[in-house]
Amino acid sequence: MLSRVADSLYWMSRYLERAEHTVRLLDVNMSLMLDRSGTTVEKRWNRVLAALGHTPESAWTGDHYQLVQTLTFDADNEASIRASIVMARDNARQVRDELSTEQWQQLNRLYHQVTEPAGYDGEVHLEEFLPAVIDGLHLFQGITDTTMSHGEGWQFIQTGRSLERAFATVKLLDIYSSDLLESNEDENDGYNYLEWIGLLRCCTAFEAYCRVYTADLSHDRILEFLLLNPEFPHSVRYSIDALSGALKAMQQANGRQQADGLTRLAGRLQATLNFVEIGEILEQDPARYLHDVLHQCQQIHGQIYRYYIQYSVQTALAT
Amino acid sequence: MARCRAKLSIGRHFRREMRGLQVPRNVYIAVTGTDLLRLNDGSFVVLEDNLRVPSGVSYMLTSRRVMKRIFPQLYGAYGVRPIDHYTQLLLSTLRSLAPEGRPEPTIVLLTPGVYNSAYFEHTYLARQMGIELVEGRDLVTHDNFVYMRTTAGLKRIDVIYRRVDDDFIDPLAFRSDSILGAAGLFNAYRAGNVTLANAFGTGLADDKALYAYVPAIIRYYLGEEPILNNVETFLLTDPVQRQHVLANLDKLVVKAVGESGGYGMLIGPHSSAEQREDFRRKIEENPRNYIAQPTLDFSRAPCLMGGPASASIEPRHVDLRPYILFGDKVQIVPGGLTRVALRKGSLVVNSSQGGGSKDTWVLND
Repeated sequence: MLSRVADSLYWMSRYLERAEHTVRLLDVNMSLMLDRSGTTVEKRWNRVLAALGHTPESAWTGDHYQLVQTLTFDADNEASIRASIVMARDNARQVRDELSTEQWQQLNRLYHQVTEPAGYDGEVHLEEFLPAVIDGLHLFQGITDTTMSHGEGWQFIQTGRSLERAFATVKLLDIYSSDLLESNEDENDGYNYLEWIGLLRCCTAFEAYCRVYTADLSHDRILEFLLLNPEFPHSVRYSIDALSGALKAMQQANGRQQADGLTRLAGRLQATLNFVEIGEILEQDPARYLHDVLHQCQQIHGQIYRYYIQYSVQTALAT
Repeated sequence: MARCRAKLSIGRHFRREMRGLQVPRNVYIAVTGTDLLRLNDGSFVVLEDNLRVPSGVSYMLTSRRVMKRIFPQLYGAYGVRPIDHYTQLLLSTLRSLAPEGRPEPTIVLLTPGVYNSAYFEHTYLARQMGIELVEGRDLVTHDNFVYMRTTAGLKRIDVIYRRVDDDFIDPLAFRSDSILGAAGLFNAYRAGNVTLANAFGTGLADDKALYAYVPAIIRYYLGEEPILNNVETFLLTDPVQRQHVLANLDKLVVKAVGESGGYGMLIGPHSSAEQREDFRRKIEENPRNYIAQPTLDFSRAPCLMGGPASASIEPRHVDLRPYILFGDKVQIVPGGLTRVALRKGSLVVNSSQGGGSKDTWVLND
C-alpha cells in the first residue's frame, strides 16, 4: 500500500473519532447545564475547552451557547465538529478508490449533515443535531467493518481510531481529576456526583461502569474503570490493546518490514496498562502517570510515521 | 521537409531533451485518441490526432455500462460488439513496454491529483487495471531508478502510464515550479530504467500547425497514401494563404496551434465583427500561432434534450474518438467516445466547453 494512502486512511479515522468525541462532550455538557450545580458555567466550559486542547482563556466569551455553536459549526475553528468531518472527508477523497462505495456515501452524508445543518424549519436544533451526528459516525464505523476488506488499510483505520480515542480519554481524565479533586473535598456532594456522571457519559461509560461497580461513584473507581478496564471499548487499556493488535496485523500484512521500535513501544505501553494496579497509580502521582501515557501515545504516532509513512529514503534503499 | 523541421523546433511542445534518445521498444505513442468527423458525403476525416495524453476513455466505458442498464433489451437485440476489455488491453500494452529484464513489471498510473478534471478517469482506470494510482509526491528517484513509497518500503516502478503533461512531470528537466512530478524522473527515463507512456515530446504532434503536414509526412516516410484524409488547413505563415484567410474570416474556423480543449478558437460563421477583428490583429502579430480551416458541416445525431417536462429529440453535432493502443501490436476496441456539442447549432464538442458524450455501437454483421 502507498504510504500516502495509509496516511490518509489513518487521518480520516482520527478526524472522525475526534469529531465523535467532541460531539459527545458538547452534548453531555449542554444537558448538564439544565441542572443547577455547584460548578460555575465558566468552569464547566473551560474544562470542555481544555479537554479539546484549547487554551481556556482564548475562547471563553461568557456565552456557552455561542461557544457550542462555534465548536460545532465554525469552519475556521480547527477543533470544531464541522472542521473535523470536512478534514476526514478531504482525506477520504484523496484515496477514494481504497474505500467502498457505501463508506464514501455515508461519509458524504455526514459531510452534508454538518455543512448544511438546518432542519425543515430552517433552524438548527442542537439537541437533535448532535445525537444525529453521533449516529452517523457510528453508522460509518459499522459500514467500514462490514464492507471494507480487513487488510492493511483497515488496520490503519483501526490504528488511527484507537490512538485518537486513547488520547482523548487520557486527556479528559487528566482534566477532570485535577479539577474535581482540588475543588471539592466532600465526595458525596450531589453536585460533584453530577460531574462524575458527566465524565462517565462523555465516554459513554456510565451504564458499563454501574454494571461493574454499581452506581457508587468514586474518583478511584472511575479512574480505574476508564483507564484500566480490559473490556470497555472507551477505556485507555482497551484502546491500547486494540492499537497494539492493529499494529501487529499491519506488520504481518506487509511482511517485509521489521518495525521493531514501534512494536516495542506499543508493547511497553500495553504492558504498563495491563499489569499496573490502580493503588500504585494513586499512591504515586496520577497526573504524572496520565502524562506519561500521553507522551507514549505521541511517541507511537511518531514511530508509525517513521516506519510506514515518512521513512528516510537512505534507510529504505539500504534494506 | 525542411520547412516542416523549422515548424517542429519552434513548436511549444518540442523537447530538445529527447534528441538522440532511443525510446523503449521504439514506441513513442502507446495510446492515441484520434478525433474523426463524418462529412456530408459520408467520408471520415481526421480532425485532430491527440498523441499526448488523450482522455475520455472512461466515459466510453461508463456510457456503455449505463446504456446496458437502461436499455438491456434494445441493446441485446442489436448484437453490439463488446468494449469492456479495453482496460485489459491497455494493461497488456503497458506491460509489453517494460524495460528489458523485467518479466513482472510494476505498472502505475501517474495522476496530477484530486483537483484534476480527469481525476475520475484516473481512479477508474487504475481500479479497473488493478494498478496503483500514484501522485508525484509518492515517487522517489535514486541512481536513475524510480520508486514509490509504500508501507513496506520503496518499490521499483517499471512502467508509468502518465496523465501528467511533459511540462510538469520533472521539475529538474522541465518546469522547475512544478510540484506534480518527480525530480529525476527524466534521467531515469533516459537511462532506460523506466518506460513512460506516452513518451515525452509527443505533444508536438498535437501542434495544429504540424497537423497540416501529416499527409505529407505519411507520403514521405511511409511511401503510402493516407487512408483517412485531414481537414483542409491553411497555414498563416504563407502570405498567399494568410491573405485568403483574412479575407474570409467570417467563413473559416481559426485555431491557436498550441491550445486544446476548444480554447483559443474563432468560429467564423458564429462570430461577431469584433471577435473577427480581434483575431485578425492576433494573426497579423503572430501568424505562426494560428491555422485556419473551412467550417465543416459534420454529422449530427438525435439527442434527448431538456428535462422531463420539456423533453424533445433534437439534432446535435457529434464527432468520434476511437482509442488506439500500440505496444507489441496495434489494438483497438470496437467502439469509441462520441462527443456531442450540446448547445443548439454549436460545432464545439469538447467536454471542457460543455459538450456531452454518447455510447457508440459497432455491430456484428
